[in-house]
Amino acid sequence: MLQDLLILMRAELMLILIIFLLLFLKLGSASLRNETVMNMVNGLLLVVLALGFLVKDSGMIFGNMFRTDDLLRLEKNMLTLGTLIISLQSYQWLKKHDQAMEFYLLMLSTLLGMFFMLSAANLLMFYLGLELSTIPLAAMVNFDFNKKQSSEAGFKMIVSSAFASGLLLFGISWLYGTTGTIDFSGLAASLDGSPLQLFAFITLVAGFGFKISAVPFHLWTADVYEGAPVPVTSYLSVISKGAVLFVFTSVLYSVFHAMGTVWYNMIFIIAVATMITGNLFALRQDNLKRFLAFSSIAQVGFMLVGISGQSREGAAALIFFVLIYIFSNLAAFGVITLVSSASGRERISDYRGFYQSNPALTWILAIALFSLAGIPPTAGFFGKFFLILAGAGKGNWLLITIAALNMIISLYYYLRIIKAMFMEHNASPLAKVDIPFSPRIALAICVAGILITGLYSGAYQYIYQLLS
Amino acid sequence: MNLNWLIIVPLLTALAVLPFRQLRQIRLIALAGSAAQLLLSLVLLRLFLQHPEAKLSGAMLFESSYSWFEPLHINLHTGIDGISLSMILLTALVVLAGVLVSWKMEKMSREFFFLLLLLSAGAYGYFISLDVFTMFFFLEMAVVPKFLLIGIWGSGKKEYSATKLVLMLMGASALVFVGLAGLYFNHPAGEHTFSMTVLANNPPTADVQRFFFPFAFIGFGVFTALFPFHTWVPDGHSSAPTAASMFLAGISMKLGGYGVLRVATTIMPEAASYYAPYIIVLSAIAILYGSFATMMQTDLKYINAYSSVSHTGFVLFGIGMLTKTAIAGAVIQMVSHGLMTALFFAVIGMVYERTHTREVAKMGGLLKAIPFISTVFVIAGLTSLGLPGFSGFVAEMMVFIGSWENSGVLHRTATIAATASIVVTAVYILRAVGKVIMGPVEHKAYFDFRDATWNEKLAAILLIAGIVAIGMAPFLINDLIAPGTEAIMEKLSASTR
Repeated sequence: MLQDLLILMRAELMLILIIFLLLFLKLGSASLRNETVMNMVNGLLLVVLALGFLVKDSGMIFGNMFRTDDLLRLEKNMLTLGTLIISLQSYQWLKKHDQAMEFYLLMLSTLLGMFFMLSAANLLMFYLGLELSTIPLAAMVNFDFNKKQSSEAGFKMIVSSAFASGLLLFGISWLYGTTGTIDFSGLAASLDGSPLQLFAFITLVAGFGFKISAVPFHLWTADVYEGAPVPVTSYLSVISKGAVLFVFTSVLYSVFHAMGTVWYNMIFIIAVATMITGNLFALRQDNLKRFLAFSSIAQVGFMLVGISGQSREGAAALIFFVLIYIFSNLAAFGVITLVSSASGRERISDYRGFYQSNPALTWILAIALFSLAGIPPTAGFFGKFFLILAGAGKGNWLLITIAALNMIISLYYYLRIIKAMFMEHNASPLAKVDIPFSPRIALAICVAGILITGLYSGAYQYIYQLLS
Repeated sequence: MNLNWLIIVPLLTALAVLPFRQLRQIRLIALAGSAAQLLLSLVLLRLFLQHPEAKLSGAMLFESSYSWFEPLHINLHTGIDGISLSMILLTALVVLAGVLVSWKMEKMSREFFFLLLLLSAGAYGYFISLDVFTMFFFLEMAVVPKFLLIGIWGSGKKEYSATKLVLMLMGASALVFVGLAGLYFNHPAGEHTFSMTVLANNPPTADVQRFFFPFAFIGFGVFTALFPFHTWVPDGHSSAPTAASMFLAGISMKLGGYGVLRVATTIMPEAASYYAPYIIVLSAIAILYGSFATMMQTDLKYINAYSSVSHTGFVLFGIGMLTKTAIAGAVIQMVSHGLMTALFFAVIGMVYERTHTREVAKMGGLLKAIPFISTVFVIAGLTSLGLPGFSGFVAEMMVFIGSWENSGVLHRTATIAATASIVVTAVYILRAVGKVIMGPVEHKAYFDFRDATWNEKLAAILLIAGIVAIGMAPFLINDLIAPGTEAIMEKLSASTR
């Protein structure tokens, strides 16, 4: 039993250890320099990542509340990798921050929550994990203490998350009421699509919709993204969204399998609305964080297209895309973090003539944006077209045509930034930004990921094979 | 020979350019790399001609297949027939000439040659792919570098043109993708496949074909300046730097024609016959509209760009006629127009570098000052208007003869209308040549101009050699592509039976 616990929950236990270590260091009032703390946490995260890859295992513990298998392990590894990259990227920002230790406490708590959420085999466990991941996030959003916008964003985040959680709980209780169980496998067996269950399902989807900011539940996104510090924005848009998408997919595919037609229609409408709304709003943004907020909404729309495929290809395409999205979006945010902490500028128009002063960063941002737009040979091309291909498996050609044409709209606004950086001349472009060691590593990982994950098909095949 | 070398060599050259800073080193590497491409394609031609099966059937030769995304049945499957080979040769010639005319590209030279070579890798990959997803991958790869090429090194309203071009072409490829996904999921044998040969040997049902043909056809058609989606052509071509214009008009527009032939027509023959009247009408409009629009242009690049709309109209026109001669004519027109328009853009670039204007009205009498360049200009013009002895004549003649084999009223009317465009072409070409080349010398300064340098001469001679070879000995290229067109005709006639 103990051995099971140690092996199956090793990622979670490691995170708890790190959290307590930080807590003790803090309480012991050891006056560590921020750099030391950061390097230590980065090293420990690397250990967590390595542990995740080392031992293969699967099984269930705690009376079938907590499960793990190779796929979940991969998903957790992806999230850990993303967190590690963000942690490396926030070096410049946290170095000057008074509360670096608390930031890590909060960030690792949310990561822990996501791990529990992913491993949940039971609605209650899932809900606990979700809450553990959401509440610290709101505090993180509020982490620019002297910016009014940041606390406003934190407040918006907590209110909308609480509302979403309420909806989820409401749905969960209806499900429990109609089926008498909150166990995933029990639910899957006893769902029959009765009107009450349908209602429960709708509230559940609304709850999930808030978390992944799908239209029409996306209204909080732009303000929160804009107000939050850049590393937190990237954490929100990549890690927390990715985790919820993983769970959403597995819940839809396994628990609500019996209600396939119902949820297909819902996902179809939500996907179309999400793509179009996200794209249209992204067109005219000037603030980069708002811009990336809307573009990430549009990306979620594409992911929903993949999910709507209801096939092994669909699930594989989604996980593969999230992996690519981690690399691409974090590369973009990495550059923006550097620029923002060096100069405080976050507008697209500030990036005019960026190439004149920072050619390397410009190319990195360009590669990231090309990947987000789905341009070969970057990985984003494969990610996006596999999603659309998976969606096409259902034979809904209207959805596929809309998705394909939406890629063009999104290409337009990504090109706007490329244009500003390469083509528009600026008498006084942003000053040369120097790149410290940690962010340099993070950017290198991201760029390598963007260039390799697509062209080398191993990642996709591995994911596909795990889904059997 | 493993065809993948055609992708690897340009990619390696592109990467080899990156560590260097000096224009002198960069251009030498680019030149060596593109010369290697030409050498490689000539070796391929030789091997192809020696191959015992090359003349017998339209089967794909030098095939190789590697599994890429195995769960999705995507393979890196390559192979060529005479049609692909002629496109490969065209690409090699145009890229080499493009590198030669960009000899003095001082501004961000490393990035320029990198993107140019990346484009050529995309084009080769496209022409050798036998897997439609891989083909689509290379198609898109050959689009986006153009955005940077035009936007950074272009002239005029370059940002507008670059955005417009990329959005229209990417929109087109999005449509192509919908068509390809349709073929993938509706393969009659049940197994999902992207393999071009498997799809062509067992085409989908007529309903499926009729539904997905417009996606694939319009998608590829936009690349070939299908009316009314031709508007990216004039802006894109005229804003692009010389080498990019050459690539754009010489190769990119052929990507579309090749795709229409390979994917739309070969895999969906039934729908091709069904939609043929629309293809003919639209391409006849493009031919006429393009040539009349050219008459109104005063800028040399715009003249060539609009005339490209008209000339590439013949490609779709020939394909729409669905006869062997017309399709062969369409293929030859792709090669011919590729060479001719690359030559024209190259020479316009040379003239512009010296006179700093592209306005026809502001130039005159260049023949007396820079005879070599002027002669090249005249040759390009005469090829464009279809003078016998040059490639344009062969191609257009074959299209016309092939289309006359159809006896329908629509076919006849469209053919007569399209023929009329030749007269219009003669008007604008002769007017431009007469004003720019002949007549009194416009400025005294012209006499100080230096005539073509060695690299410019070499670029021009390479392209002219191709043009004259097709013009004087059309049987060479005809023999090369005949088995390929034969195979397409078999598919077409099998579907109508």
